[in-house]
Amino acid sequence: MSKIHVTTTVNGDAQEFLCEADETLLDVLRDRLGLTGAKEGCGTGDCGACSVTVDGRLVCSCLMLGAEAEGREVETIEGMADGEKLHPLQRRFIDMAALQCGICTPGILVAAKSLLERNPDPTEEEVRYWLAGNLCRCTGYDKIIRAVLETAAEMREAS
Amino acid sequence: MALNTKEDTKMEFKVVGTRVARPDGIDKVTGRARFGADMSAPGMLVGRVLRSPHAHARIVSLDTSAAQALDGVHAVVTRADFPDLDLDPMLADIRDNCMAGAKALYDGHAVAAVAATSAAVARQALSLIKVEYEVLPHVIDVDEAFAPDAPALHEGRADESVPEGMSPNVMARYSFGRGDVEAGLEKADRVVRRTYCTAATHQGYIEPHACLAQMGPDGQADLWCCTQGQYMVRDTCAAILGLRQGQLRVTASEIGGGFGGKTTVFLEPVALALARKAGRPVKMVMSRQEVLRATGPTASSSIDVAIGMTKDGRITAGFAELRYQGGAYPGSPVALGSMSAFAPYDLEHVRTIGWDVVTNRPKSAAYRAPGAPMAAFAVESAIDELSRDFGLDPLEVRLKNAAREGTRSAYGATYPAIGLEATLRTAHTHPHWAAPLGENQGRGVACGFWFNFGGNTCVSLNIASDGTVNVTEGNPDIGGSRASMSMMAAEELGIPYEQVRTVIADTASLGLNEVTDGSRVTFAVGLATIEAARAAKREMCRRVAKLWGIDEEAVVWKDGAVHPAGPNAGKHDPMTLAEIAAIAPNTGGPIAGHFEVNAEGAGVSFATHMVDVEVDPETGATKVLRYTVFQDAGKAVHPSYVEGQFQGGAAQGIGWALNEEYIYGDDGVLQNPGFLDYRIPVASDLPMIDTVILEIPNPGHPYGVRGVGETSIVPPLAAVANAVSAAAGVRMTDLPMSPPKVLGAMQTK
Amino acid sequence: MHYHAPTTLDAAVDILAGASGDCRVLNGGTDLLVRMHSDMAHPDAVVDIKRIESLRTITKEDGGWRIGAAVCGAEMGEHAGLVAAWPGVVEAAGLIGSTQVQGRATMAGNLCNASPAADSVPAMVAAGALARIVGPEGIRDVPVEEIPVGPGKTSLTPGELVASIYLPSRPERSGDAYLRFIPRTEMDIAVAGCGVSLTLDEAGAITHARVALGAVGPTVMLVPEAARMLVGSHLREGALQQLATICSAAAQPITDKRGTEHFRTHVAGVLARRAALIAYKRAGGTPE
Repeated sequence: MSKIHVTTTVNGDAQEFLCEADETLLDVLRDRLGLTGAKEGCGTGDCGACSVTVDGRLVCSCLMLGAEAEGREVETIEGMADGEKLHPLQRRFIDMAALQCGICTPGILVAAKSLLERNPDPTEEEVRYWLAGNLCRCTGYDKIIRAVLETAAEMREAS
Repeated sequence: MALNTKEDTKMEFKVVGTRVARPDGIDKVTGRARFGADMSAPGMLVGRVLRSPHAHARIVSLDTSAAQALDGVHAVVTRADFPDLDLDPMLADIRDNCMAGAKALYDGHAVAAVAATSAAVARQALSLIKVEYEVLPHVIDVDEAFAPDAPALHEGRADESVPEGMSPNVMARYSFGRGDVEAGLEKADRVVRRTYCTAATHQGYIEPHACLAQMGPDGQADLWCCTQGQYMVRDTCAAILGLRQGQLRVTASEIGGGFGGKTTVFLEPVALALARKAGRPVKMVMSRQEVLRATGPTASSSIDVAIGMTKDGRITAGFAELRYQGGAYPGSPVALGSMSAFAPYDLEHVRTIGWDVVTNRPKSAAYRAPGAPMAAFAVESAIDELSRDFGLDPLEVRLKNAAREGTRSAYGATYPAIGLEATLRTAHTHPHWAAPLGENQGRGVACGFWFNFGGNTCVSLNIASDGTVNVTEGNPDIGGSRASMSMMAAEELGIPYEQVRTVIADTASLGLNEVTDGSRVTFAVGLATIEAARAAKREMCRRVAKLWGIDEEAVVWKDGAVHPAGPNAGKHDPMTLAEIAAIAPNTGGPIAGHFEVNAEGAGVSFATHMVDVEVDPETGATKVLRYTVFQDAGKAVHPSYVEGQFQGGAAQGIGWALNEEYIYGDDGVLQNPGFLDYRIPVASDLPMIDTVILEIPNPGHPYGVRGVGETSIVPPLAAVANAVSAAAGVRMTDLPMSPPKVLGAMQTK
Repeated sequence: MHYHAPTTLDAAVDILAGASGDCRVLNGGTDLLVRMHSDMAHPDAVVDIKRIESLRTITKEDGGWRIGAAVCGAEMGEHAGLVAAWPGVVEAAGLIGSTQVQGRATMAGNLCNASPAADSVPAMVAAGALARIVGPEGIRDVPVEEIPVGPGKTSLTPGELVASIYLPSRPERSGDAYLRFIPRTEMDIAVAGCGVSLTLDEAGAITHARVALGAVGPTVMLVPEAARMLVGSHLREGALQQLATICSAAAQPITDKRGTEHFRTHVAGVLARRAALIAYKRAGGTPE
């Protein structure tokens, strides 16, 4: 069976890859493009560790085929910082100890960024429900939710 | 030299107690950090495991020839590929758990593995392996396994503690306590006797087990894996595969959660065996389904409790008989449960009996304070019930019975300074305790205890010529420990935190370090880091004294520099660490400090938790409204990470109390091996989890540090159960308190 | 496996109709890819219909709304007109999975996955939604309740696919709601679900009602006896009690890892009365 040729954009860079038809976008990112920031915690869309955005829409990359990325714009955790400059969410997560082991952190950051782009002033409840698909087993979510809320406030002030 | 090596517990800190940025922070927020599955090697093969679909079956035959012959398959291993070494029973069980021998003992038990050029080929190869099973009767439930006529997993494995005539699945009996329980119960105004049950729960780390192995024909091997202890992996794999420990180098990746679940091996010996056979690197990564079916959850339990209390709230006697099933091999955490059950209380008459039971389930692994949460659930529920029956304040009842400095614990040890009373008093004056409750709402409190652990530890500290410092330690950083080590080194050396970088060594680069468990790292590795820094300071003092031509005794280390002291004070300009480091080549060579210890004095830890819930009377659904943790940290090195441990333990305990459980079908097959139906708390399930850190210094640590990681999961099961029972108006004794169970209890009350 | 991504509906139908072996529609993929990952499905081919522009739109049609098969839950929630017209259906679709799943999952996919616990289906059934089926024989419009025929099984014939869902126009003073019960607050499959759609007269009496239950039988079920009872009612306490009793009686659940028969039966009634109250208020009624 021949592989599929896919042309896409990942974190602003034009990318081409060959993949099997049944390979997920997550497999492609990790195994073909060397972008291991997205993690496979479940492979079934239940943990959110593989979160990326595709054409601006937050998705689990484990629930999308690599072939579907043709012509799309994919953003991953690796594209979140601007060179040396961390995204405010990234900085706050470090400052506020919003991570322990860090395995869920890329997915949560990608998801939180997507939230703040849509809703710059979310309530605590809105943050909790938006992130309900991102499992964290270390923190009890407390510091994560606080970091997202404080970042939102900071970004509102800056804009 | 006037450097005091036996300083009293330090009370003034510059770095310790601040909230610095962790050194691995940027890697972890940018996706650069490399976890178990993130490593690859040239020529790497993909390893996959074939697992038993049966709960209990004899493996009649195993034919791997078709898989072997498949294009792209480079190795197939079965138990026959593991040398038949004479191992001690625990190691032999680990070997059998990694790859089944004569029998498959649970759904998901590994029976063969392949290494192939791709995941697709590996999957196909697994489908070509022919296994003939003779299905045997199985047993899942702990009380059923405890019955004398239960299907037997192993014959003749019970140890000498087990009386004749017991179920063949009872592996050991433990007993702790003192006094005369019956006499004590007779003095009570009321006795509660109940049976409490808890379901098996999984640690639920988000990162599945993963490793990358390579091994040459010369027996030299390298293994990259996510683990809580690279030395444990090395020693276990070396024993199982017949390698020399020093020939196998294990590097711990960043670890995506463990909570005890990564304190043993599952894939690692298999990956090494495949790599040896294939002559190529082999990477293995578990699916979530494999994690839930085949790695270690914690035990399920069934606990009979009898507690007597006088009407003024004094506990007259406590008794508990605990039955824990720890899966298919001996070693449930029942002994720790039996020891910890009554540990918070000062009791004259107390007795616990623990039974270690095997069932056709995956072998339990440690899970955060292994064995203690279930025991605390039973005891703290009974105390709550008695308090309510008498109309007493449950915090005051606990204060009245609380263990203090000098109390002889129920398991035997006599406590030094401990913080239980402080947590209770703080809880009692906290606004949470006085806050009003609404309709269908209830508040629960519970206490928890954990032993904490020290253990074998080895730290090396090296000073570069510009005065920067590297601390090399051997324990995977599971929640910020590199930051804590850097902080303690900086504190001790009197230099800024940013001047220190802590790294985690592979097994070939540093001596033995026990697993990251028992809440031992900040205590034991911290202690070794401080002592290594002190060794380096002594060396620097010696060199500077020599340079100045004065006695070693005539210099002191102060604020990151060597100062002349006593009669020489003021005669020389102090030399800073950086200045000393710069001239090290001329004063005797590189400057380093190291420290090796089998650390004792970890210092036990106590917590009190308080929780408000609301129960929907029509559906039995529980919503957690408010949660506060009060815990003694000894000394909080990095308060944010201490709070994080409190919060994380509470959240896991809430999950255990409300929704998490292993669900088996009548066929003994696990029905919920995924995050969809193994329901760990999601963000919208929880409120903020408030924390109050108390600091009662541990006399066993130079800065007073106690472990904090585990105690926080001990009280929540009971605290939540007490709150739900209050809200629902009916005593809940069976975890998880899933909505059907709570509704059923309310409908039949 | 072969991956097809046709850009026209005709091409999609041609591929599906001409396929030999197991050829599946790949829409949001949030069920199919899970099944593939769990070794429960190994299709020979998938037809990705998300590049067919006509399936990606929400359009007003004869006073109702036509929702293309490839419109995801998030897009429905962002469509003000649709939210105003059918809040219960939009909420139900919005309950499918996480935010991430919402970026992919579609109502048509939820329907064709034929799970009795599908969240959007009871709401669609209550709404009287029609599925537009396109196949080799042409186009047909079918009430959505006729699509699932059992767990994982649909009435679609080979080569057919659901191209859109039509939510009909409805009178003023109408409202709908969907509620489900799950053990957590998110991320679970419904243990029981109930969709209610009501129309009221000026005096607040119910003139038209549809009630559907999910996860309490092999397929989502319409409960006509509940609707009959509601018509003429002002949804006072007695009527709510009766509604709960009827819905519990209609429920035919099983006991499984997600809930017991007893629990599901009881909760079906609880959800029905709660959903009916919300729908009643949305229709402009003032419950006493």
